[in-house]
Amino acid sequence: MTNHWRDLKNSDLILINGANPAEAHPVGFQWFMRAKLDRGAKLVHADPRFTRTSAVSDLYLRIRTGTDVAYYGGLINYVLQNNLHQQDYVTNYTNAAWIVKDGFTFKDGLFSGYDAAKRSYDTSTWNYETDPDTGYAHTDYSLQHPRSVFQLMKQHYSRYTPEVVENVTGIPKDQFLKVAKMVGEMGRPDKVMSVVYAVGLTHHTTGSQLIRSGAVLQLVLGNMGMPGGGMNAERGHANIQGNTDHAISWDILPGYLRIPAPGQKNLDDYVAQSAAKKTHPNSWNFFGINYRKFMVSLLKTWYGDAATKDNEFAFHHVPKPAGNASWITIFDQALKGKMQGVLLSGMTATSIGPDSNQVLKGLSNLKWLVVMDALPTTSSEFWRAPGMDPSGIDTEVFLLPTTHWIEKDGSFVNSGRWMQWKDQVMKPEGNSRHDHWIMADLFDRVKKLYRAEGGKFPDPLYALTLNYADPLKPELDEIAQEINGRDLTTGKRMATFANLKDDGTTTAGDWIYTGSYPDPSAPAAQGRASANLAKRRDGIRDPQRNDPTGLGLYSNWAWSWPLNRRILYNRASADPTGKPWDPTRPGIQWNGTLWVGDVPDYPPNMNPADPAAWLPFIMNGEGTGRIFSSSMVDGPLPEHYEPVESPIPNPLHPANSASPVAFLYDQAAGRPNRFGTVKDFPHIATSYRLTEHEHYVTQHVPLLVGLQPEAFVEIPFELGQQLKINSGDRVRVTSQRGKMEVLALVTKRLGPITVGGKKVYQVGIPIHWGFVGIKTGQHWLANALTPFVGDANARTPEFKAFLVNVEKM
Amino acid sequence: MSAISRRNFLKIGAVGAGGIGISALGFDLAQAYQVKQNLRIAGARESHSVCPYCAVGCSLVAYTNDSGQLLQIEGDPDSPVNEGRLCPKGATAMQLAVAANRVKSVMYRPPKATAWQEITWDKALDMLARRVKDARDATFVTTDASGSIVNRCEGIAFAGGAAFSSEEGYFATKVMRGLGLVHLEQQARV
Repeated sequence: MTNHWRDLKNSDLILINGANPAEAHPVGFQWFMRAKLDRGAKLVHADPRFTRTSAVSDLYLRIRTGTDVAYYGGLINYVLQNNLHQQDYVTNYTNAAWIVKDGFTFKDGLFSGYDAAKRSYDTSTWNYETDPDTGYAHTDYSLQHPRSVFQLMKQHYSRYTPEVVENVTGIPKDQFLKVAKMVGEMGRPDKVMSVVYAVGLTHHTTGSQLIRSGAVLQLVLGNMGMPGGGMNAERGHANIQGNTDHAISWDILPGYLRIPAPGQKNLDDYVAQSAAKKTHPNSWNFFGINYRKFMVSLLKTWYGDAATKDNEFAFHHVPKPAGNASWITIFDQALKGKMQGVLLSGMTATSIGPDSNQVLKGLSNLKWLVVMDALPTTSSEFWRAPGMDPSGIDTEVFLLPTTHWIEKDGSFVNSGRWMQWKDQVMKPEGNSRHDHWIMADLFDRVKKLYRAEGGKFPDPLYALTLNYADPLKPELDEIAQEINGRDLTTGKRMATFANLKDDGTTTAGDWIYTGSYPDPSAPAAQGRASANLAKRRDGIRDPQRNDPTGLGLYSNWAWSWPLNRRILYNRASADPTGKPWDPTRPGIQWNGTLWVGDVPDYPPNMNPADPAAWLPFIMNGEGTGRIFSSSMVDGPLPEHYEPVESPIPNPLHPANSASPVAFLYDQAAGRPNRFGTVKDFPHIATSYRLTEHEHYVTQHVPLLVGLQPEAFVEIPFELGQQLKINSGDRVRVTSQRGKMEVLALVTKRLGPITVGGKKVYQVGIPIHWGFVGIKTGQHWLANALTPFVGDANARTPEFKAFLVNVEKM
Repeated sequence: MSAISRRNFLKIGAVGAGGIGISALGFDLAQAYQVKQNLRIAGARESHSVCPYCAVGCSLVAYTNDSGQLLQIEGDPDSPVNEGRLCPKGATAMQLAVAANRVKSVMYRPPKATAWQEITWDKALDMLARRVKDARDATFVTTDASGSIVNRCEGIAFAGGAAFSSEEGYFATKVMRGLGLVHLEQQARV
């Protein structure tokens, strides 16, 4: 989230797409309802299914899954055609005035630079026209230049008329225009809209662009950086946010530093290829100019004395991946026999899939599998899954009992970036061990083997710092301090990343968390008993003291990255002179000497009247919000592409129907095609989650299993009539990849839609059941149906849009 | 431990809310409930946690007795995130904490075997260290085909859980990158 849960109460209009917060994030949903009940905000829910979120929304739109670019694109078009955008914001705070190089085109669904053989773009044709001396982009603040981002955007979305939106999304034109009218009002400086989404947007081959299209709309309306505004992702698990920040992810290092790439010989190469470049004289480019300091501070943290100026601070100790190494790739490599071992620590591959049957083959191809978990999973038991023959599976499996969240302390970071410390409530149960203690012990044993036997390049193992009282049992408090970082000259913990250095005299395990645990003497520590600011608990019992603005910042409850800032990009909540766009909802404002309000996303004493004052978006090279971006692999402006399995050709450009750059694993590996067509699988399927379950772990919780005991598939009433299926009947749902034989739940929550001139149905498949848990015998895995393909940028699997057939058994 | 206890706070809240809780039966269910809860958690140690499920991040108050046994988990009424509220999952978090299906021992399943064998931690970690080293040595690339230094282990993947404490997750990243792993993943993408 750019904002946070409680901030949703400050919104005038909330667009909810690819999410069902009333059921999936019910307690967070109270802030949507506060907006509605206390300030008369409107809620608009666009979803294939009428859910409890729809029930309390002012408008429900039955949208075809995966078509949200067409919906947001239609809204962008409506706003621009009717001149409802926030002109001052768009001109000054976005890259609308930037001129794109001559030669950029978009034709028949393809942007310029496409290479069909490689299924990829040369993105250099999407760059700005720049001054050869300064590298700054040419700009036209009248926004009239035909190659200005503003005009390119306007032209691009002019195709997204209400009729096209209806034909692609299935949302009737009159309903769409009702929403468009509401959204259009949000371009006023004193009106604010929030866009909320969840995995219903990410789980598509176009997932990144689905989200970007919402972000472009928010920039056009001037809603980024505003209290009550922003792009707000509801994350689905307790600490996905913290673990993403700390980079348990193939493509990044902690704090969103890029993983180094082959060919980078030193830090200069790394920074040159990773950090943003300034493209405007008033752009601060804070991340770009400090990239090296953050990286060196990380290397110094990890490799200690072995990281010196002379060896580029051990830059070559960091592994450099040959290419994508994300979730689906792991199992693709296993299928190819290139993966020897997999360690799953609190995750289950079998249930997650995608294409669980193919994942099971991958697991069977491993030499060994380690499952570290408090409870058995469909992965620890995969070798005896229904239909598997253990005698044919050579994979060794280790099941290591680990502790629960409540048996250890440490922080969870919520969707709103609030880092909340939790106590160790209970002692570890029986024989279980903390995951990080297991890893520390295993690492130590591997290191001893290298010392005894030698082996491939053991230097990074020897160099890795383990400066803990007991290196085999690091305390999470010690690690929290390491993440925050130190000034090695004084020995004191850092209070801000602004003071990190690139000369090896500072450390920071994750620069965006620097300041979360400052030295006790720092002003930020507020003289508290603990300088671990995630422990702060100045809550709602004293709102006057703890929430003086009434906006719900609660700045002394826990800690929020970066620097306890509660709303990202908040400089954009004030106009160029420093006055809030909406005085009733000030993010930050200039008082003549200082920026006051939330922790400013800006130098605290930079006078906005200074002609050299920085632009508001300090983290990128432009200094402004990017409507047009050359950093995506599948286009600089979001475009609608069909899911890989779709019932219709793309109405906008049938010749280039699905994403032209999504990576097709099976095809690339020479394995048989596993995609189906509408001829055999006439219905759209989308997977979803229930209030009573969390992924798969709650199959071990008796009350929750009692509340939702059995797998089912939700079928639209009209389709039920057509197929003579009633609620309670057993049905077989098949895709090209697998099947489920489960109960039918026939409801009017789903219904027919007309797209591409054709009537189609969407069926809903909750994901929670498997062959492990309290109630066994329910062994059908929803992800046996889902396709082995992911988003063109992030490779997030397309769990939310695929084709199935449904038959009564 | 806070100056105003959770129970006093609830009392203040109840007074402020006036007659909430008076049921059709003519007596105050909230009071009766409160008495029952007070008995249940009388003398208990109060500590703070966060819900292990979704990322709303509802704050929890947990009660344990002198022998460390978990008595109760509730929503924290002082939290600006949830104001004491919990959903069905959060409200039953205690059943996850004390789940009967907990893995009790280290288990090993040899190739082709049809059942688990129980082994010791020491044995399991020694076996794993051997396998990790062998796989690392077998699939480690120091210099790629174009002559670039890459120092990566291609044949081991690690996926870390979304219920890790952040610090635990950071440690996982550090150790796995230390081993040279490039296949690193967690729940964010799936």
